[in-house]
Amino acid sequence: MSMPIATTQPVERETYLNAKYGVWSWLLTTDHKRIALLYLISITFFFFIGGFFALLIRLELLTPAGDLVQADTYNKLFTMHGMVMIFFFLIPSIPAVLGNFLVPLMIGAKDLAFPRINLLSWYLYIIAGLMMLHCMLTGGVDTGWTFYAPLSTNFTNTKIVEAGLAIFISGFSSILTGLNFVVTIHRMRAPGLTWSRLPLFIWAHYATSIIQLLGTPVVAVTIVLVAAERALHLGIFDPKLGGDPVLFQHLFWFYSHPAVYIMILPSMGVISEVIACFSRKRIFGYHFVAFSSIAIAVFGFLVWAHHMFVAGISVYAALVFSFLSYAVAVPSAIKVFNWTATLYKGSIHYDAPMLYAFGFLGLFSVGGLTGLFLAALGINVHVTDTYFVVAHFHYIMVGGALMGYLGGLHFWWPKISGRLYPEGWARLAALVVFIGFNLTFFPQFLLGYMGMPRRYYDYSHMPEFQILNVLSTAGATVLGVGYLLPMVYFLWSMRYGKPAPDNPWNAAGLEWKTASPPPTFNFDEEPVVTWEAYNYEELDAPPRTQEVPVGR
Amino acid sequence: MADSTLVGLQHGEEHHPELLHHFAEPQQQRDAASLGMWVFLATEVMFFGGLFCAYLVYRRWYFGDFGAASKSIDATLGATNTAVLICSSLTVVLAVWAAQTARRMLLVVMLGITMILGLAFLGIKAIEYKDKFEEHHVPGASFSFENVPIPGHPGQFANPRHAQIFFSLYFVMTGLHALHMIIGLGIFSWLFTMAWKGRFTPEWHTPVEIGGLYWHFVDIVWIYLFPLLYLIDRHP
Repeated sequence: MSMPIATTQPVERETYLNAKYGVWSWLLTTDHKRIALLYLISITFFFFIGGFFALLIRLELLTPAGDLVQADTYNKLFTMHGMVMIFFFLIPSIPAVLGNFLVPLMIGAKDLAFPRINLLSWYLYIIAGLMMLHCMLTGGVDTGWTFYAPLSTNFTNTKIVEAGLAIFISGFSSILTGLNFVVTIHRMRAPGLTWSRLPLFIWAHYATSIIQLLGTPVVAVTIVLVAAERALHLGIFDPKLGGDPVLFQHLFWFYSHPAVYIMILPSMGVISEVIACFSRKRIFGYHFVAFSSIAIAVFGFLVWAHHMFVAGISVYAALVFSFLSYAVAVPSAIKVFNWTATLYKGSIHYDAPMLYAFGFLGLFSVGGLTGLFLAALGINVHVTDTYFVVAHFHYIMVGGALMGYLGGLHFWWPKISGRLYPEGWARLAALVVFIGFNLTFFPQFLLGYMGMPRRYYDYSHMPEFQILNVLSTAGATVLGVGYLLPMVYFLWSMRYGKPAPDNPWNAAGLEWKTASPPPTFNFDEEPVVTWEAYNYEELDAPPRTQEVPVGR
Repeated sequence: MADSTLVGLQHGEEHHPELLHHFAEPQQQRDAASLGMWVFLATEVMFFGGLFCAYLVYRRWYFGDFGAASKSIDATLGATNTAVLICSSLTVVLAVWAAQTARRMLLVVMLGITMILGLAFLGIKAIEYKDKFEEHHVPGASFSFENVPIPGHPGQFANPRHAQIFFSLYFVMTGLHALHMIIGLGIFSWLFTMAWKGRFTPEWHTPVEIGGLYWHFVDIVWIYLFPLLYLIDRHP
C-alpha cells in the first residue's frame, strides 16, 4: 500500500490501526486494541448466526401448528441459539471487545499483562467457534444449552461431545481473558491510580474476571465428565448405574448461574461510565457501586440451585437458595438506585449511548424484578419452564447485557475507530432496539404466566396463545432491524464518518486523554493520575482565569 | 522487598533483554507473572474441586462400596508414587534455589531429576492402570466387580454398579492429574533447554519460579488424591 504524502497535507499520525498493514500484522498482533477488534468481528459473526436461529424459532412460533420446521429441528434451533449466543456472543462480548480495548487504556498501561496469552485466548475462541460451526453444520445438538444428564449422556444421538469440547475450549479462552484482566488491574495501574480512583468499568471487569476464573473451570470439568460418560460409559450421572443426574445440575449451574453475571456485570460497568458522562456528574455513591459489583460476584456463586427448585432438591436447601437469590437483588438495586441518583439534578444529554443506558435501566429493572418472582418458591413452581423464564432471562441478557454492549460500543466508537458515527441514525437505532425488544419479550411474560411452556414448537392445542406470539415475532423483526442499523452505520463511519477528536464527549477517564484512535503503546508518555474518578464538576467548571466580580 | 525493588530499578535502566516493552521494570514483570500463575492455580483448584465434590457425594452415598473398591487398588504403588512426587517437589525447590544463586549445573541437574521423577510417576501409574485393566476394573462393558466383600461388614458384598462409580472417578481424577503431569513435563523440558543454554540468571528466572509453582500444585493435588482413592479403608 503506497502512501503518497502531499506537501499540503500534514503527515498522518501513527495509530494502532495504521501502524502496520497486512493480514499477519493482525493475526499475529499482541496489541490489545487490535485483538479487541478481532474479537469484535468474530463475535459479531456469531451474533448473527445466533440471531438467525432466533429468527427461525420466532417464525416457527408465528402459527400454532408446528409447520415450518420439524420437532427435532426445532430442538436443535433453540439449543444452538442458546449455545452460540451465550458462549460465543454474550460471555465474550463486553469483556473481550470493550474490556480488551479499554482496560489497559483506562488504567494507563501500555498493554495487558500477558499480550501473547491475550492473543492465544482469541485463537482458542476461534478454534472453539469453528468446532461449534462444524457441529452445527453436521447436525447440531438438541438437548438445550443446559446439556442435562441423562438426556445428554444416554439418550440423545446428536453431537454432544463436539459441542461440549467447543464450549470447553471457549471456556479456556474466557478464563485466560479473566486472568489477564485480574493481573493487569492488580499490577499495571498508572502511578496515582488507586483502587478508589478506578473507573467503575474496571471494578465491574474485575468482578467479572473473578467469576470467570472461579466458575468456568467447574463447568469445564462437568463437560469432561459428560463427554467421558458418553464416550466411555462411565456412570457418574446415570441413575441406571447409580449415578446422580441432580449432581450434574448442581455442577452445571454452579458455573452457569454466575455466568449470567459474567454477562451483566461488564454491562453495568459500561452504564456507570455512560451515565456519569451524560449527566455530567460524579457517580452517586462511587464506593457502593464499586463494591456492589464484588458483592454480586460473591452472591452470584451462592444461588445456583434456584434453577433446580423443581428438580427434587431438599426443601430446606430450596429455602436457603431462595433467600440467597433475593439477597442478590440488594447489590443490583444499589446500582440502579445509585445510577438514578446520579441522574438527579444532572445536566442530562440525550446522546445515543445515554439512550441505551436509559434502555438498560428500564429493561434491567424489569428483568431483575421478575427474577424475584422466580426466586419465590411458590411462583417458581408455577412458571418454571414457561415463557416467563424465557422473557425474564432475555430481559437480563438482551435488555441488560446487550443494551450495555451497544451503548458502550457507541460511547467508545470514536476512540476505537477514530471516527464519529452518525448521531441521528444512532438515536433512531437505540429507539428501534428498545421498541423491538419490548415488543418481542414482553408478550412472553404474559404467555408464560398463562402457561405456555418453553421449548415447544407446536401449540395448536392452545390457539389463544397465537396473538401474543405474533406480537413477539413482529417485535423480533423490528429488533433485527435495530441490530442491523448500527452494523451498517458503524461500517459506513469507518470510511465516511467525521474524524473524531480525542475526547468527543468531554468525558473523564484516562482513555480520553490519549489520541483517537490511540497509538500502539496507548500513551505518548506514562500518565500520572492526580484526580478522582468522574471529576465532571472540575471538567465543566469555568476556567479559573475568569475573574468573579466583587460584590455580587 | 525493598532490596528486590532496587534490583528491579537498576535493571530497568539497563534494559534487561527479557523485559517486555509494556512493563515499566523487571520487578513489575516478575510480580505479574507470579500473580498470573497463582490466579491460574486458583482456577485449577476449582477444576479439581468439581471432581472432589462429586467424589464426596458418592463416597457418602456408597460408603461401603467405595471402601471395597478402594481396597482393590495397590496402595504400595500409590505410596511409592507419593514418595516420588514429594521428592520431585524437593528437587524443584532446589532448582529454584540454584537459579537464584546462579548455579547453572545444579539447576540443570535438578530440573533433570525432576523430570525423571515425573516420568517414574507416570510409569508407575501405567503399571497401576494395566493391573486395573487386567482385573476388569475399567468402567464400561467389561467391568466386573462381583462378590467383593465390603470391609468391616462380613457377608455383605459391594454393589458392582456403585464400585464402578468409584472407578469412574478414580480414572477421571488420576487421568486428569496425569494429564497435568504430562503438561508439567512439557514445561520442564522447555525449562531444561533454557537452563542448559544458561538463559536463567539470578535477576531473571521467572519461568523456573512459576513452572515450579505449577509443579507443586500438581503434587498437592496428588496429596489429596492419594488418601481419598487409596487409603479410605485400609484397616485389616
